[in-house]
Parts: sequence; structure tokens; C-alpha cells
Amino acid sequence: MWRDAVLVAGKDLRIEARSRVATNQVLPFAFLVLVLFAFALDTNRGVLTQASAGLYWVAVLFSALLAVQRSSAIETADGATDQLRLSGLDPAGIFLGKVTAVAAQLLVLEVALGAGIMILYNTSIHGVILVVATCLFATAGLAAAGTLYGSLAAGLKVRETLLPLLLLPVAAPVLLAATEAWQAALAGHPSDGTQWLRLLGVFATVYLTFGVLAAGSLLEES
Amino acid sequence: MVSRAGGPVASGAMVSGDALHLRAAVALLGSFPALAGADLDVGRGEVVLLQGANGAGKTTLLRVSAGLIGVVSGEVQVLGHDLTRDRRAVRRYVGLLGSTGGLYEDLSVADNVRFAVRASGTDTGRVGPVLGRLGLDGRLAKTSVSRLSTGQRRRTALAILAARNPALWLLDEPHAGLDAEGRDLLDEMVREAVGAGATVVFASHELDRAIGLADRVMVVAGGVVQAPAPAAAGAPVAAAPDLREAIHVA
Repeated sequence: MWRDAVLVAGKDLRIEARSRVATNQVLPFAFLVLVLFAFALDTNRGVLTQASAGLYWVAVLFSALLAVQRSSAIETADGATDQLRLSGLDPAGIFLGKVTAVAAQLLVLEVALGAGIMILYNTSIHGVILVVATCLFATAGLAAAGTLYGSLAAGLKVRETLLPLLLLPVAAPVLLAATEAWQAALAGHPSDGTQWLRLLGVFATVYLTFGVLAAGSLLEES
Repeated sequence: MVSRAGGPVASGAMVSGDALHLRAAVALLGSFPALAGADLDVGRGEVVLLQGANGAGKTTLLRVSAGLIGVVSGEVQVLGHDLTRDRRAVRRYVGLLGSTGGLYEDLSVADNVRFAVRASGTDTGRVGPVLGRLGLDGRLAKTSVSRLSTGQRRRTALAILAARNPALWLLDEPHAGLDAEGRDLLDEMVREAVGAGATVVFASHELDRAIGLADRVMVVAGGVVQAPAPAAAGAPVAAAPDLREAIHVA
């Protein structure tokens, strides 16, 4: 399973490195979201700074949608899913590989967006350990849930519009917990954020476990 | 169950018996019975041509044989694996060249072939020679699939099949999109694979080429495999001049 996961993650990351969709489209889109929030709330700079954690995670969530859709689309084009199924790769390995590739892209994006809110929203980053831990857990949860629902929608003609409808409500706890944890860290009270961090950990564990267990059925139905 | 240096990927379960055995196989596409009780036996090392009109069920039969579509009733055994119980177990030993190539647009030709070969657990040492043979080496090997012509894409898909070297080759209109040289090369590679012990089942409308390649022709119509044309019985297909006529009538 782990060998297969490494193989699939390597393939997906190589595709992204060659196509540059993440750097040329997803990243500019995420910055655009930050800029638009800044335009909308610029009349009150204090509100913008105060809401920076929430706005940051909304931008991450929207970007995660694009990354997951892209990850799912590369398997559905030209019947690649059939070849993947014929390869005999462990479905759980395929799932974990795709989660890893999406998570790696999101982590890079989160670093760039972190710099973005520091510049655009005048936000100072405190409680670095909590901030980093929140990013890791939230990213794992978003990537796992996104890949799971991306696989569910993959075989449908309406997948582009269906995926946001499926994923956004499910990802709401991640948005809430990550925002609360970040706010605690930025306010200099990291201990207030640990309960939210636990929630993110539970979310990621549940979706990773469910994804590994359901991967076989999802691959057959996609 | 590991790849070997020369011959096709071997399965311990296929030492004896047919490579492919379908009995009263029914497969649904939605609610439509694309296979409506198909019977077919293909021996190891045989080359069988499936002939029939569009929508007759040839592609479904090939996909059922690859374990990509399940049957709702009947028997399906491929290389000794019972596909009604487990469709996944046999896939690593089966190669399917379908109407789509199963290629990743943004990966290079070489990366596509290398990934497919690694994924199937086969030796990557075959990748270079196969690419060279199909004229996909040099600069072309590093080119993204999205920049290839239809024929080059087809050659890349064929390279994956040849480099994987499966025990059962399932080919759906394999000559489509290839130029004359590519078609000759495909026929040559099929014959070599069969010589090394592989079994080939293919569907083709290009009878001039297909008949010369096949040991046996089966006619598929309405989701059912019909008896072979009389002219084919007991005689090499290429030596039966009236076979084309018989197939056209069928």
C-alpha cells in the first residue's frame, strides 16, 4: 500500500510540476480571494486584521476545491482510471497517494497565503507551533475529505458543480476549528487552541480511515 | 507471480485450462444488457478476432474479460481467476488497448510508460527498448502526451501494453489511428507476444489486417457470441478465402 501511495503521489506531483496548474492558476486564485476580501473590508482595517484567520482559511478552502477537482480530473481524462484499475495498484495506496499530492500542494499554498495575509492584512504570526500544527492537521483533513468526495463525484458528468456541494458542508468543521486555533495562536493564547487542534486531528483521522476503507469501492464506481 | 525476463507475466493459476472462459455471461450497461448470455472459450496462446457491428457487444466483452465490468449472471474465468468472485486479482496480468489510451496528458511519453510499468509491478528494463522500437525514443520520449498526434498517442498506449507484457492482450480496434508502419509494427508485436505465450483477443473492423492475424474469428451480435463462420472451422483463418464473405453475411 505504501509503495503504491508513493508511486501515485510522485506521478501526481510530477504532473503538477509539468502543467504548473497549481502555481499558475490555484495560487493566483487564492491571492485574488485575499485581495477581494481586502477590498470588501478595507474601510475598517481593524476588522480585516481581526478576521484574517477566518479569511485565510476560506481562501485555503476554495483553493482546496480547485486542487481536488484537478486531482480528480487527471484520472478521468483519456480513460486513465481504467489503466489505474488494470495496473493492480492497491486502491488504498491510490487514495493515500492522491491525498499526499493534494496535501503537498495545499501546504505550499498555505505558506504563500500566510505571507499574503501578513502583507495585505497587516497580521503578525504568533504561536508558530500551533499555527504549523493547525496547518498540518487541517490540510490532512481537507485533502482526505476532498479526495474522497472527488472520487465519489468522478464518474458523474456534473462533477464540477457537484463537488463543491458535497465538500463545502463537510469541510465546515475544518474551517471552524482551523480558524479558532489560528485566532488563539495569533492572540497569543495557544492553549485555547489545543481543543480545536484535537477536533482537526479527529476529522483528519476519520476521513483518512474512511477513505482507505472505501477506496476499493470508489475506484470501481468511478 | 512476478514478471519474467522474456515471456508474458505469468499467473500460477493459468498453468492449465483456458485463458478465457465465458459461459452465459450477462453484463449490463445501465439497464441495457450489453452482453446477453455470451459464451466464449479462448485457449492459451490463441489469437481470436471478435467481429460484429457497432454496438454488438465486442467492447463490453473485452472490458468484462479485463475485469473492468462485472457480470450480473453467468461464469467468467480469466487466466484461472473467477471474475464473478474477484475482478481485481487478474487485472495485473491483463492489458487492454481501448479506444482511449489511458494516458496522462501532462506527463511525458516516457513517464507515462514508466509509471504504468512500475504500477503493474513489471521490470522497467523493457521501457527503453519498447520506446525505441515504436519510434518514441529521443526527444519524443520527453514530450508531453498532450502535444502528440493521434498516431503517436496510439503508439504510446501500445508501448505501455508491450512494456507491461501481460499474459492476456485485449485489443479494441488496435489498428485505428496508426499509419501503415505502425500497423505492421503492431501486428509484429502481437505475433511476438503470442510466440512468447501470450493470448490475444481483439475486436476489429479492419478485416484485411485482422484476419491475417487471427487464429479464429467469432461473430458477436446482440450481446451474444455466435458460432464461428463455417469456413473458419478447423482451418487457419488466413487460408480461408471465403471467410470475409461469410463474416460480412453474418
